[in-house]
Amino acid sequence: MSSQAARSGAVTAAKIRAPKRPAGTLYRGREGMWSWVLHRITGTAIFFFLLVHILDTSLIRLDPEAYNAVINTYKTPIMGLGELALVAAIGLHALNGLRIIAIDFTSWGVRHQRLMFWIAIGLWVVLMIGFAPRHLMHVFGGE
Amino acid sequence: MTTETIQPPRSAARARRGTNWEKWGWIYMRFSGVLLVVLIFGHLLVNLFLGQGVSAIDFAFVAGKLANPFWIVWDTLLLWLALIHGANGMRTLTNDYAHGKLRVVLLVLLAGATVVLLVLGTLVLTTFDPCIGEPTGALVEICK
Repeated sequence: MSSQAARSGAVTAAKIRAPKRPAGTLYRGREGMWSWVLHRITGTAIFFFLLVHILDTSLIRLDPEAYNAVINTYKTPIMGLGELALVAAIGLHALNGLRIIAIDFTSWGVRHQRLMFWIAIGLWVVLMIGFAPRHLMHVFGGE
Repeated sequence: MTTETIQPPRSAARARRGTNWEKWGWIYMRFSGVLLVVLIFGHLLVNLFLGQGVSAIDFAFVAGKLANPFWIVWDTLLLWLALIHGANGMRTLTNDYAHGKLRVVLLVLLAGATVVLLVLGTLVLTTFDPCIGEPTGALVEICK
């Protein structure tokens, strides 16, 4: 390498400032990464609920009283809040899942993946505003 | 002298051997995902939103639903699509985060739980009997 090229390289390098804080990349720390994190966490939570839910529903084949006893625990305040969290997790997983499909199968989706993340969050908020009050009334409203 | 044709590891010839199960798993996640959006939101709408929501669910409520073949088909589809979708997702996480023997143990447990619950759930849905135990409410008439 000639000394001239080395010097011009140094000049160029000086213009690019090192970030003061550790900066993310196009992916890291941004919507793409966080949607991936949320997808894994919500997916895992839903999976473990599904295991329990298949087992508790199976009581329907064995003993009506046992089934009623277990399902009555689903109507308690703590489980009621758990169901709210479950629906929240399912809503996020479903909406972000549709976003992933749009990204995987269309070039439009790749270009607008960030916008679609916020659309999914917006639809999720609307979904929860629609579901939460009614569900909480069912759980806390008495008979 | 002996350095000759060593096949590049990711050549097309290598990838084409046998069924690409990872590809089919990937496709399954997307197609089952779309169906599950419909099946699960329908399930949640009927069981948690309409009527009295969760406070109305009991044996008679489920017996009423399962008297209709529509819901037996719906719930069976839900069981198979959701459990396999979930199990395949957990397989991905296990492969990402567990190593060595632990990974193998977790994958075996996962496969075992999935098969047992698929068989159990399918048996429950296909052999359901609304007249077991002491019939109450509307079931008294039906089970005479």
